Amino acid sequence: CESRRWRYGGALHAREVGASGARAKVSLSAFALLFSELVQHCQSCVFLVAELQVHLAALGRQVGAHVLDALVASEKGAQRETKVLGALLLVKGAMWKAFGKEANKLEQANDDACTFYIIGRQPLINTYISVPKEDSRFNCAGFTAGIVEAMLTHSGFPAKVTARWHKDTTLMIKFEEAVIA
Amino acid sequence: MSRPAHRRPEYHKINKDLFVLTYGALVAQLCKDYEKDEDVNKYLDKMGYGIGTRLVEDFLARSCVGRCHSYSEITDIIAQVAFKMYLGITPSVTCNNSSRNEFSLILDKNPLVEFVEELPAGRSSLCYCNLLCGIIRGALEMVHLAADVTFLQDRLKGDSVTEIGITFLKKLDEKKYRRKK
Repeated sequence: CESRRWRYGGALHAREVGASGARAKVSLSAFALLFSELVQHCQSCVFLVAELQVHLAALGRQVGAHVLDALVASEKGAQRETKVLGALLLVKGAMWKAFGKEANKLEQANDDACTFYIIGRQPLINTYISVPKEDSRFNCAGFTAGIVEAMLTHSGFPAKVTARWHKDTTLMIKFEEAVIA
Repeated sequence: MSRPAHRRPEYHKINKDLFVLTYGALVAQLCKDYEKDEDVNKYLDKMGYGIGTRLVEDFLARSCVGRCHSYSEITDIIAQVAFKMYLGITPSVTCNNSSRNEFSLILDKNPLVEFVEELPAGRSSLCYCNLLCGIIRGALEMVHLAADVTFLQDRLKGDSVTEIGITFLKKLDEKKYRRKK
Protein backbone atom coordinates (compact mmCIF):
# COMPACT_ATOMS: atom_id res chain seq x y z
CA CYS A 1 0.00 0.00 0.00
CA GLU A 2 2.80 2.41 0.88
CA SER A 3 4.65 1.83 -2.40
CA ARG A 4 1.45 2.46 -4.34
CA ARG A 5 0.92 5.70 -2.45
CA TRP A 6 4.42 6.80 -3.39
CA ARG A 7 3.58 6.07 -6.99
CA TYR A 8 0.50 8.29 -6.77
CA GLY A 9 2.63 11.12 -5.38
CA GLY A 10 5.09 10.78 -8.25
CA ALA A 11 2.35 10.67 -10.86
CA LEU A 12 0.65 13.74 -9.44
CA HIS A 13 3.76 15.92 -9.57
CA ALA A 14 4.50 14.89 -13.13
CA ARG A 15 0.95 15.62 -14.25
CA GLU A 16 0.27 18.46 -16.65
CA VAL A 17 -2.01 21.11 -15.23
CA GLY A 18 -3.95 23.59 -17.39
CA ALA A 19 -2.97 27.25 -17.60
CA SER A 20 -5.60 28.21 -15.07
CA GLY A 21 -4.38 25.49 -12.72
CA ALA A 22 -7.58 23.52 -13.34
CA ARG A 23 -7.53 19.74 -13.09
CA ALA A 24 -7.78 17.72 -16.29
CA LYS A 25 -11.34 16.77 -17.19
CA VAL A 26 -13.14 14.15 -19.22
CA SER A 27 -16.60 14.26 -20.72
CA LEU A 28 -19.52 13.53 -18.43
CA SER A 29 -21.08 11.15 -20.97
CA ALA A 30 -18.01 8.90 -20.86
CA PHE A 31 -18.21 8.63 -17.07
CA ALA A 32 -21.99 8.20 -17.05
CA LEU A 33 -21.74 5.24 -19.44
CA LEU A 34 -18.87 3.70 -17.46
CA PHE A 35 -20.86 4.09 -14.25
CA SER A 36 -23.89 2.51 -15.90
CA GLU A 37 -21.83 -0.57 -16.84
CA LEU A 38 -20.44 -0.68 -13.31
CA VAL A 39 -23.94 -0.70 -11.81
CA GLN A 40 -25.07 -3.37 -14.28
CA HIS A 41 -22.09 -5.54 -13.33
CA CYS A 42 -22.88 -5.15 -9.63
CA GLN A 43 -26.52 -6.03 -10.34
CA SER A 44 -25.42 -9.28 -11.94
CA CYS A 45 -23.47 -10.24 -8.81
CA VAL A 46 -26.18 -9.73 -6.21
CA PHE A 47 -29.73 -10.87 -5.54
CA LEU A 48 -31.14 -8.08 -3.40
CA VAL A 49 -31.27 -4.33 -3.90
CA ALA A 50 -29.74 -3.81 -0.47
CA GLU A 51 -26.74 -5.93 -1.48
CA LEU A 52 -26.37 -3.82 -4.62
CA GLN A 53 -26.10 -0.70 -2.51
CA VAL A 54 -23.47 -2.36 -0.31
CA HIS A 55 -21.52 -3.49 -3.38
CA LEU A 56 -21.55 0.01 -4.87
CA ALA A 57 -20.42 1.51 -1.58
CA ALA A 58 -17.49 -0.94 -1.45
CA LEU A 59 -16.42 0.17 -4.93
CA GLY A 60 -16.82 3.78 -3.87
CA ARG A 61 -14.51 3.17 -0.90
CA GLN A 62 -11.83 1.85 -3.24
CA VAL A 63 -12.10 4.98 -5.34
CA GLY A 64 -12.26 7.32 -2.34
CA ALA A 65 -9.08 5.99 -0.77
CA HIS A 66 -7.11 7.14 -3.81
CA VAL A 67 -9.08 10.18 -4.90
CA LEU A 68 -8.27 11.78 -1.55
CA ASP A 69 -4.59 12.05 -2.51
CA ALA A 70 -5.46 13.50 -5.90
CA LEU A 71 -7.82 16.12 -4.46
CA VAL A 72 -5.49 17.10 -1.61
CA ALA A 73 -2.62 17.56 -4.06
CA SER A 74 -4.66 19.69 -6.44
CA GLU A 75 -6.77 21.71 -4.02
CA LYS A 76 -4.71 21.99 -0.87
CA GLY A 77 -1.13 22.09 -2.10
CA ALA A 78 -0.53 18.56 -0.75
CA GLN A 79 -1.42 19.51 2.83
CA ARG A 80 -3.79 17.12 4.52
CA GLU A 81 -6.69 18.45 6.56
CA THR A 82 -6.09 18.09 10.29
CA LYS A 83 -9.52 19.25 11.43
CA VAL A 84 -12.87 17.51 10.98
CA LEU A 85 -14.52 20.61 9.55
CA GLY A 86 -11.74 21.04 7.02
CA ALA A 87 -12.14 17.46 5.86
CA LEU A 88 -15.91 17.88 5.56
CA LEU A 89 -15.50 21.08 3.56
CA LEU A 90 -13.09 19.28 1.22
CA VAL A 91 -15.82 16.69 0.62
CA LYS A 92 -18.58 19.29 0.17
CA GLY A 93 -16.42 21.43 -2.12
CA ALA A 94 -13.70 19.73 -4.14
CA MET A 95 -15.02 16.19 -4.08
CA TRP A 96 -18.60 17.07 -4.97
CA LYS A 97 -17.30 19.44 -7.62
CA ALA A 98 -15.47 16.50 -9.20
CA PHE A 99 -18.97 15.35 -10.18
CA GLY A 100 -19.93 18.78 -11.51
CA LYS A 101 -20.89 21.29 -8.85
CA GLU A 102 -20.28 21.91 -5.16
CA ALA A 103 -22.82 20.48 -2.73
CA ASN A 104 -25.50 22.83 -1.48
CA LYS A 105 -25.32 22.35 2.26
CA LEU A 106 -23.24 20.97 5.08
CA GLU A 107 -25.22 20.65 8.31
CA GLN A 108 -24.69 19.18 11.73
CA ALA A 109 -27.48 17.19 13.35
CA ASN A 110 -29.24 19.01 16.18
CA ASP A 111 -29.25 16.10 18.54
CA ASP A 112 -25.92 14.43 17.77
CA ALA A 113 -22.55 16.20 17.49
CA CYS A 114 -21.08 13.22 15.64
CA THR A 115 -23.60 13.32 12.78
CA PHE A 116 -23.39 15.61 9.78
CA TYR A 117 -25.37 15.87 6.57
CA ILE A 118 -24.16 16.89 3.14
CA ILE A 119 -27.00 17.76 0.79
CA GLY A 120 -26.63 18.41 -2.89
CA ARG A 121 -27.68 17.39 -6.34
CA GLN A 122 -25.65 14.72 -8.05
CA PRO A 123 -26.69 14.90 -11.63
CA LEU A 124 -23.89 12.62 -12.70
CA ILE A 125 -24.69 9.68 -10.47
CA ASN A 126 -28.47 9.65 -10.48
CA THR A 127 -29.58 11.43 -13.66
CA TYR A 128 -28.96 8.55 -16.00
CA ILE A 129 -30.18 5.82 -13.67
CA SER A 130 -33.88 4.84 -13.78
CA VAL A 131 -34.90 3.14 -10.57
CA PRO A 132 -37.94 0.84 -10.78
CA LYS A 133 -40.81 1.69 -8.40
CA GLU A 134 -40.41 -1.48 -6.40
CA ASP A 135 -36.77 -0.63 -5.69
CA SER A 136 -37.36 3.04 -4.89
CA ARG A 137 -35.17 2.85 -1.79
CA PHE A 138 -32.14 2.13 -3.97
CA ASN A 139 -29.84 5.06 -4.43
CA CYS A 140 -26.78 4.99 -6.65
CA ALA A 141 -25.38 7.69 -4.43
CA GLY A 142 -24.30 4.74 -2.30
CA PHE A 143 -21.23 4.91 -4.54
CA THR A 144 -20.62 8.49 -3.47
CA ALA A 145 -21.20 7.52 0.15
CA GLY A 146 -18.41 4.97 -0.20
CA ILE A 147 -16.08 7.58 -1.68
CA VAL A 148 -16.80 10.02 1.15
CA GLU A 149 -16.42 7.35 3.83
CA ALA A 150 -13.00 6.36 2.50
CA MET A 151 -11.91 9.99 2.15
CA LEU A 152 -12.81 10.80 5.75
CA THR A 153 -11.44 7.57 7.19
CA HIS A 154 -8.13 7.89 5.35
CA SER A 155 -7.87 11.50 6.53
CA GLY A 156 -7.88 10.17 10.08
CA PHE A 157 -11.58 10.75 10.86
CA PRO A 158 -13.25 7.33 10.87
CA ALA A 159 -16.92 7.53 9.94
CA LYS A 160 -19.84 5.61 8.48
CA VAL A 161 -21.57 7.28 5.55
CA THR A 162 -24.94 6.37 4.10
CA ALA A 163 -26.93 7.86 1.22
CA ARG A 164 -30.54 8.81 1.52
CA TRP A 165 -33.18 10.41 -0.63
CA HIS A 166 -34.50 13.59 0.87
CA LYS A 167 -35.32 16.21 -1.77
CA ASP A 168 -31.80 15.95 -3.21
CA THR A 169 -29.13 13.43 -2.47
CA THR A 170 -28.29 13.50 1.23
CA LEU A 171 -25.27 11.83 2.73
CA MET A 172 -25.45 11.11 6.44
CA ILE A 173 -21.99 11.04 7.99
CA LYS A 174 -21.66 9.52 11.44
CA PHE A 175 -18.22 9.95 12.94
CA GLU A 176 -16.85 7.69 15.65
CA GLU A 177 -17.11 9.33 19.05
CA ALA A 178 -13.35 9.72 19.42
CA VAL A 179 -13.28 12.00 16.37
CA ILE A 180 -15.56 14.66 17.82
CA ALA A 181 -14.85 14.35 21.56
CA MET B 1 -33.86 38.40 -27.20
CA SER B 2 -32.29 36.70 -30.21
CA ARG B 3 -30.05 33.74 -29.57
CA PRO B 4 -26.42 34.17 -30.61
CA ALA B 5 -25.81 32.34 -33.86
CA HIS B 6 -23.67 29.20 -33.99
CA ARG B 7 -23.35 29.03 -30.24
CA ARG B 8 -21.91 25.66 -29.29
CA PRO B 9 -23.70 23.96 -26.43
CA GLU B 10 -21.61 23.48 -23.31
CA TYR B 11 -20.79 19.88 -22.59
CA HIS B 12 -20.36 18.93 -18.98
CA LYS B 13 -17.01 17.63 -17.86
CA ILE B 14 -15.89 15.93 -14.71
CA ASN B 15 -12.61 15.39 -12.90
CA LYS B 16 -10.39 12.97 -14.83
CA ASP B 17 -8.90 11.39 -11.69
CA LEU B 18 -12.37 10.31 -10.61
CA PHE B 19 -12.95 8.66 -13.98
CA VAL B 20 -9.59 6.91 -13.99
CA LEU B 21 -9.93 5.69 -10.40
CA THR B 22 -13.47 4.43 -11.01
CA TYR B 23 -12.16 2.44 -13.97
CA GLY B 24 -9.40 1.05 -11.75
CA ALA B 25 -11.92 0.02 -9.12
CA LEU B 26 -13.98 -1.68 -11.81
CA VAL B 27 -10.99 -3.68 -13.11
CA ALA B 28 -10.01 -4.61 -9.54
CA GLN B 29 -13.56 -5.86 -8.91
CA LEU B 30 -13.53 -7.92 -12.11
CA CYS B 31 -10.19 -9.45 -11.07
CA LYS B 32 -11.86 -10.54 -7.83
CA ASP B 33 -14.90 -11.93 -9.65
CA TYR B 34 -13.05 -13.85 -12.37
CA GLU B 35 -10.03 -16.07 -11.82
CA LYS B 36 -8.77 -16.22 -15.40
CA ASP B 37 -7.28 -13.21 -17.19
CA GLU B 38 -9.07 -14.25 -20.41
CA ASP B 39 -12.42 -13.95 -18.65
CA VAL B 40 -11.62 -10.49 -17.29
CA ASN B 41 -10.44 -9.38 -20.74
CA LYS B 42 -13.57 -10.77 -22.37
CA TYR B 43 -15.84 -9.08 -19.84
CA LEU B 44 -14.04 -5.74 -20.22
CA ASP B 45 -14.46 -6.04 -23.99
CA LYS B 46 -18.16 -6.81 -23.56
CA MET B 47 -18.65 -3.82 -21.25
CA GLY B 48 -16.75 -1.63 -23.66
CA TYR B 49 -18.98 -2.84 -26.48
CA GLY B 50 -22.05 -1.79 -24.51
CA ILE B 51 -20.51 1.63 -23.86
CA GLY B 52 -19.35 2.06 -27.47
CA THR B 53 -22.78 1.39 -28.95
CA ARG B 54 -24.14 4.35 -26.96
CA LEU B 55 -21.07 6.56 -26.92
CA VAL B 56 -21.01 6.73 -30.72
CA GLU B 57 -24.28 8.69 -30.74
CA ASP B 58 -22.86 11.22 -28.30
CA PHE B 59 -19.71 11.40 -30.44
CA LEU B 60 -21.57 11.94 -33.72
CA ALA B 61 -23.77 14.60 -32.16
CA ARG B 62 -20.86 16.53 -30.68
CA SER B 63 -18.24 16.16 -33.38
CA CYS B 64 -20.42 16.72 -36.47
CA VAL B 65 -18.00 14.66 -38.57
CA GLY B 66 -19.07 14.10 -42.14
CA ARG B 67 -19.33 10.84 -44.00
CA CYS B 68 -16.05 8.93 -44.29
CA HIS B 69 -14.91 7.42 -47.54
CA SER B 70 -12.15 5.10 -46.41
CA TYR B 71 -11.05 3.00 -43.47
CA SER B 72 -8.02 5.24 -43.15
CA GLU B 73 -10.25 8.30 -42.71
CA ILE B 74 -12.29 6.49 -40.07
CA THR B 75 -9.19 5.49 -38.12
CA ASP B 76 -7.87 9.05 -38.29
CA ILE B 77 -11.14 10.34 -36.88
CA ILE B 78 -11.07 7.78 -34.06
CA ALA B 79 -7.53 8.86 -33.15
CA GLN B 80 -7.70 12.60 -33.69
CA VAL B 81 -11.29 13.42 -32.77
CA ALA B 82 -12.77 10.69 -30.58
CA PHE B 83 -9.76 9.94 -28.39
CA LYS B 84 -9.11 13.66 -28.05
CA MET B 85 -12.72 14.33 -27.09
CA TYR B 86 -13.04 11.64 -24.47
CA LEU B 87 -9.55 11.03 -23.11
CA GLY B 88 -7.66 14.13 -24.15
CA ILE B 89 -5.00 12.18 -26.05
CA THR B 90 -4.20 11.81 -29.75
CA PRO B 91 -2.74 8.42 -30.65
CA SER B 92 -0.76 8.19 -33.86
CA VAL B 93 -2.10 6.03 -36.68
CA THR B 94 -0.16 3.59 -38.85
CA CYS B 95 -1.45 1.35 -41.61
CA ASN B 96 -0.28 -2.23 -41.32
CA ASN B 97 -1.09 -3.75 -44.68
CA SER B 98 -1.37 -2.91 -48.37
CA SER B 99 -5.10 -3.64 -48.59
CA ARG B 100 -5.50 -0.75 -46.12
CA ASN B 101 -7.89 -2.45 -43.74
CA GLU B 102 -5.50 -3.06 -40.83
CA PHE B 103 -4.43 -0.11 -38.73
CA SER B 104 -2.68 0.53 -35.44
CA LEU B 105 -3.23 3.26 -32.89
CA ILE B 106 -0.05 3.96 -30.95
CA LEU B 107 -0.77 5.52 -27.56
CA ASP B 108 2.11 7.55 -26.12
CA LYS B 109 0.09 8.48 -23.09
CA ASN B 110 -2.78 6.50 -21.68
CA PRO B 111 -4.71 8.29 -18.94
CA LEU B 112 -6.47 5.07 -17.88
CA VAL B 113 -3.19 3.66 -16.53
CA GLU B 114 -2.05 6.85 -14.80
CA PHE B 115 -2.28 5.29 -11.37
CA VAL B 116 -1.16 1.80 -12.37
CA GLU B 117 2.42 0.91 -11.62
CA GLU B 118 2.32 -2.68 -12.78
CA LEU B 119 -0.11 -5.51 -13.31
CA PRO B 120 -0.95 -7.50 -10.16
CA ALA B 121 1.02 -10.69 -9.51
CA GLY B 122 -0.42 -13.63 -11.40
CA ARG B 123 -2.24 -11.37 -13.86
CA SER B 124 0.36 -11.13 -16.59
CA SER B 125 -2.17 -11.67 -19.43
CA LEU B 126 -4.57 -9.02 -18.21
CA CYS B 127 -5.37 -6.35 -20.82
CA TYR B 128 -6.03 -3.56 -18.36
CA CYS B 129 -7.54 -1.20 -20.96
CA ASN B 130 -9.49 -3.79 -22.91
CA LEU B 131 -12.55 -1.63 -22.37
CA LEU B 132 -11.16 0.67 -25.09
CA CYS B 133 -11.15 -2.19 -27.63
CA GLY B 134 -14.77 -2.97 -26.86
CA ILE B 135 -15.75 0.70 -27.12
CA ILE B 136 -14.15 1.07 -30.56
CA ARG B 137 -15.69 -2.21 -31.76
CA GLY B 138 -19.17 -1.28 -30.47
CA ALA B 139 -19.04 2.21 -31.91
CA LEU B 140 -17.95 0.94 -35.34
CA GLU B 141 -20.68 -1.68 -35.37
CA MET B 142 -23.30 1.01 -34.80
CA VAL B 143 -22.17 2.66 -38.02
CA HIS B 144 -22.33 -0.68 -39.83
CA LEU B 145 -18.63 -1.47 -39.78
CA ALA B 146 -17.43 -4.80 -38.42
CA ALA B 147 -13.93 -4.74 -36.98
CA ASP B 148 -11.61 -6.78 -34.80
CA VAL B 149 -10.00 -4.57 -32.19
CA THR B 150 -7.29 -5.92 -29.91
CA PHE B 151 -4.24 -4.83 -28.00
CA LEU B 152 -1.13 -5.68 -30.00
CA GLN B 153 1.34 -4.22 -27.50
CA ASP B 154 0.90 -3.01 -23.93
CA ARG B 155 3.36 -0.97 -21.84
CA LEU B 156 1.99 -2.60 -18.70
CA LYS B 157 3.17 -5.96 -20.04
CA GLY B 158 6.67 -4.69 -20.70
CA ASP B 159 6.33 -3.62 -24.32
CA SER B 160 7.81 -0.33 -25.43
CA VAL B 161 4.50 1.19 -26.52
CA THR B 162 0.79 0.61 -26.18
CA GLU B 163 -0.69 -0.34 -29.55
CA ILE B 164 -4.32 -1.04 -30.42
CA GLY B 165 -4.87 -2.92 -33.69
CA ILE B 166 -8.05 -2.33 -35.71
CA THR B 167 -8.81 -4.77 -38.53
CA PHE B 168 -11.82 -3.77 -40.58
CA LEU B 169 -13.84 -6.73 -41.77
CA LYS B 170 -16.44 -6.47 -44.51
CA LYS B 171 -19.20 -3.89 -44.07
CA LEU B 172 -22.16 -5.19 -42.11
CA ASP B 173 -25.50 -5.83 -43.85
CA GLU B 174 -23.98 -5.06 -47.22
CA LYS B 175 -26.11 -7.65 -49.04
CA LYS B 176 -29.24 -6.43 -47.23
CA TYR B 177 -28.70 -2.90 -48.51
CA ARG B 178 -28.06 -4.11 -52.04
CA ARG B 179 -31.29 -6.11 -52.15
CA LYS B 180 -33.33 -3.11 -51.03
CA LYS B 181 -32.23 -1.23 -54.15
